Amino acid sequence: MTRRLALALLLLLLPAVAGATSTAPTVSAHDAWIRLLPANLPAAGYVRLDNHTDHSARLVLVSSDAFGSIMLHQSLRDGGSQRMRMVDGMDIPAHGSAALEPGSYHLMLETPRHAIKLGERVVMTLHFDDGSELPVAFEVRPANASGPSTPGK
Amino acid sequence: MRLRFLLPLLASLLLGACAKSPEWAMNDVTGHLPDLEFNLLGAGNQPVTAADLRGKLVLMYFGYTHCPDICPLSMTHLHQALVKLGPAAEQVRIVFISLDPARDTPALLQAYARAFDPRAIGLTGPLKTVQKLAKRYRIGFSLGKPDQHGNYDVSHSSAVFVFDRDGRARLLATSADNVDAVVHDLTLLLEQSP
Repeated sequence: MTRRLALALLLLLLPAVAGATSTAPTVSAHDAWIRLLPANLPAAGYVRLDNHTDHSARLVLVSSDAFGSIMLHQSLRDGGSQRMRMVDGMDIPAHGSAALEPGSYHLMLETPRHAIKLGERVVMTLHFDDGSELPVAFEVRPANASGPSTPGK
Repeated sequence: MRLRFLLPLLASLLLGACAKSPEWAMNDVTGHLPDLEFNLLGAGNQPVTAADLRGKLVLMYFGYTHCPDICPLSMTHLHQALVKLGPAAEQVRIVFISLDPARDTPALLQAYARAFDPRAIGLTGPLKTVQKLAKRYRIGFSLGKPDQHGNYDVSHSSAVFVFDRDGRARLLATSADNVDAVVHDLTLLLEQSP
């Protein structure tokens, strides 16, 4: 009886466990770039995300060996004033896209662990709320860039 | 017959002469905001005053360097406008004024400004001086609470003030104004005072 219950519970849990360990991304990333600022000032990371599934996805965390601190931020305009706030995630609608882009959601990248150079590709891993992960190479661009060197990739 | 023909023509010519005010793409603030006036610190901790910029058009923007998104976006737009303006951009200076003198040294500000455009300079000064200057142009700003890393946000206006060669406040760009609007108005301003 208890064994049967345990088995039933295990069977119930299996899909959740499988989901949690799945690394098959349901989201693809394009136009990933970093705006590098001089003197180790906090840099910004941007990327466009396409969700190819019929359920919404949520970006919850970004990790990388390249930076000591990576935070998901959103720039907000209150009337004529600008401010930043930390957010705990960004939704990507089913069969839709969402973007970390200038003036909106962005990654605030601090304390680089090595000297980040222009043209370099920094790999950062995007973590989604279903446990899936997506490693993405971000192209390092100068302060006055407005996107990756070859948009659309 | 001749007179009846000439009068409307004369009238329209006169009206045309009076209606000289150009069609600005940005907000015309002529006469509504004070002239450019400041005494701040620039490269090498040297004092820089508004008089040092006389003869140039000045694009003044208030911000802070620990601002990875909005300030770089605004500075990039100004840089793109100067690139589009071509050689005439030598008549223009971008002045980035830091609202965060505790973190923004004059040296850091030069590196920051130059990373966007060779015609950009970064200025700051004691907090009280910066506050007074912000108030003069009705710029509100507030320093946020530091996080666990000691970082803090500075909420501020993203307006860009445009001054003519004589240091008179002429135009106000908001974040809604695109690069072409800035290029259009800078071209007109340069034509007005070649």
